[in-house]
Amino acid sequence: MSPRAAEPTSPPRGASTPPEASAAALPTRGAVAFLTPALLLIGVFLVFPALWTLYLGITDYRLTGIQAAYPQVIGLDNFTSALGDPAFANSLWVTVLYVLGSAVIGQMGLGFALAWTFRRWHGPARSALEVLVITAWIIPSSVVAFLWIAFLDTHNGTLNVALGNANIPWLFSWPLLSIIVFNTWRGTAFSMLLFGGALNTVPPSYLETARLAGASSWQQLRDIVLPSIRGHILTNLLLISLWTFNDFSPYLITAGGPNFATDTLPIYIFRNALVNFQLGYGAAISAILLLINLGIALIYLRLLRARS
Amino acid sequence: MVRDHPAPTPGPTQEPSESALLVRRFLSRIGFYVFVVIVSAFFALPMLWLVFAPFDAHPTLAATPPSSPTLANFPDLLKDPYALPSLANSVVLAAATMVLVVAAAAPAAYALSRVRIPGRDLLLYVLLLFSSVVTGTAAMVPLFLLVFDLGLINTYVGVVLVLAGGLTPAGIFILKDFVDSMPKSYEESARVFGASSFQILRDIVLPYARPGLAVIAVWVVVNVWSNFLIPFILLRDPGMLPAAVVVYNFYTEGGQANLRLISSFGLLYSIPVVVMYLFVNRRYGFRFYGGIKG
Repeated sequence: MSPRAAEPTSPPRGASTPPEASAAALPTRGAVAFLTPALLLIGVFLVFPALWTLYLGITDYRLTGIQAAYPQVIGLDNFTSALGDPAFANSLWVTVLYVLGSAVIGQMGLGFALAWTFRRWHGPARSALEVLVITAWIIPSSVVAFLWIAFLDTHNGTLNVALGNANIPWLFSWPLLSIIVFNTWRGTAFSMLLFGGALNTVPPSYLETARLAGASSWQQLRDIVLPSIRGHILTNLLLISLWTFNDFSPYLITAGGPNFATDTLPIYIFRNALVNFQLGYGAAISAILLLINLGIALIYLRLLRARS
Repeated sequence: MVRDHPAPTPGPTQEPSESALLVRRFLSRIGFYVFVVIVSAFFALPMLWLVFAPFDAHPTLAATPPSSPTLANFPDLLKDPYALPSLANSVVLAAATMVLVVAAAAPAAYALSRVRIPGRDLLLYVLLLFSSVVTGTAAMVPLFLLVFDLGLINTYVGVVLVLAGGLTPAGIFILKDFVDSMPKSYEESARVFGASSFQILRDIVLPYARPGLAVIAVWVVVNVWSNFLIPFILLRDPGMLPAAVVVYNFYTEGGQANLRLISSFGLLYSIPVVVMYLFVNRRYGFRFYGGIKG
């Protein structure tokens, strides 16, 4: 690949070049110029909004009226009213179940099972299944949402037809379970691809030795494979948990209903901030969401460090 | 069942009996097929409707093969004032965002690859995580306000800037991998001949990193093409909406949903990204750290 043999033998030319850039072969001034556009873009449209969320959360900001022109800092009122609001508590609980059910259990479990199945299985059937799983991940979410509305339809839906005209109103009777299964279907590809790569890093000789020593498949999995791909498991867990926490696609299927049964935090924020225009309150919920995400990331970093 | 075999000498002859082994192998084979069939059905069944309904003259929500397949639904898309223009809108948004992300990420990836900044990798990683969270929903309110205050509500500039801000960190991350693998001697000889940093970037680094550029270009297009939330909250004018939002409006607005329109348009809108993704995935492998969010 790229041997680092090409260390410079003489300092680069150019009077303005500081000595520490010699290994880099890129003057600091050039580096700053190269970094500026990206930093501006990221700073203004990514970092600044996140910080602003925290500020807005402590104001009574609204889009119109007096509060629009002169937003007042009202401290932690938004946070306390959110934490005391049963609708918020419901939303948080729904989101936790959604993340645990669809990301941690559904996508991780099924993604790993598929990667494990694919590990020594080659041929057209395998490729077809792989493409199928990836396609479910790639089709745009507004199309996928309608596909699931049709799939789960009470009278004509494919699921009910497959169950012998069961006529079960899935989205009405089992709304949360429906979107959990939906998101498992939707997102398993990422875990499958990531674990597929991870399983390739396990030295085949370890497994061979274990097999010769009489270890069953389950023992090989538990004692050799899982410990050696621990880092991949954690990375995967972190990413899919964060994505699922912030996933807006249930809105496209159920819009949070019926009766708030699928009212995840992103939908709750959307409704309060951009439909009811309680921007300060919406921002406070966003800030809570950001803090939860931060918490997940910190737990992950701690677990990752505990490995070594 | 064979549990931790104590015998140090390996060899298949140590197994308890041939028949028990055969039964076990047979059962695991059955289990394998059952698993594969169930999983295939799980992934295929919800997509069936998109395979059949677009070619059905009178589609219902049932996924049944059309009795007399027709292509008539596709020319009928022309009659809808929003369907085909929205695809053009999606192309404009995807292309503009792609150009902006590549233009910002390529020089930044080169600079980060060549200059030692303490904590650089951690910073990149944090930005990457941040981007996968903030562009989603957590920053919905400030993004809306920011674009509102800049007077960019209902403009493509606003949508493109927000999308590009969210996608650039992952773009840098992916591209830096490619630049890292480029031998430094290339640039050094160019510098000896008096090339400027910009010339080196343009004439040496970018051509070398072309596969990386292709990867992030496709990755950005796929993301923007599918993104629903950002145009949904930042655009107002129905004629400006991209396909992602127009599909949604097709089945939520008005009374009876027009299934001929939804199915044929949904298929037309989905095919380009699926093809692009599968092509790049086959050619360059799994490098899509950011995943697909929409």
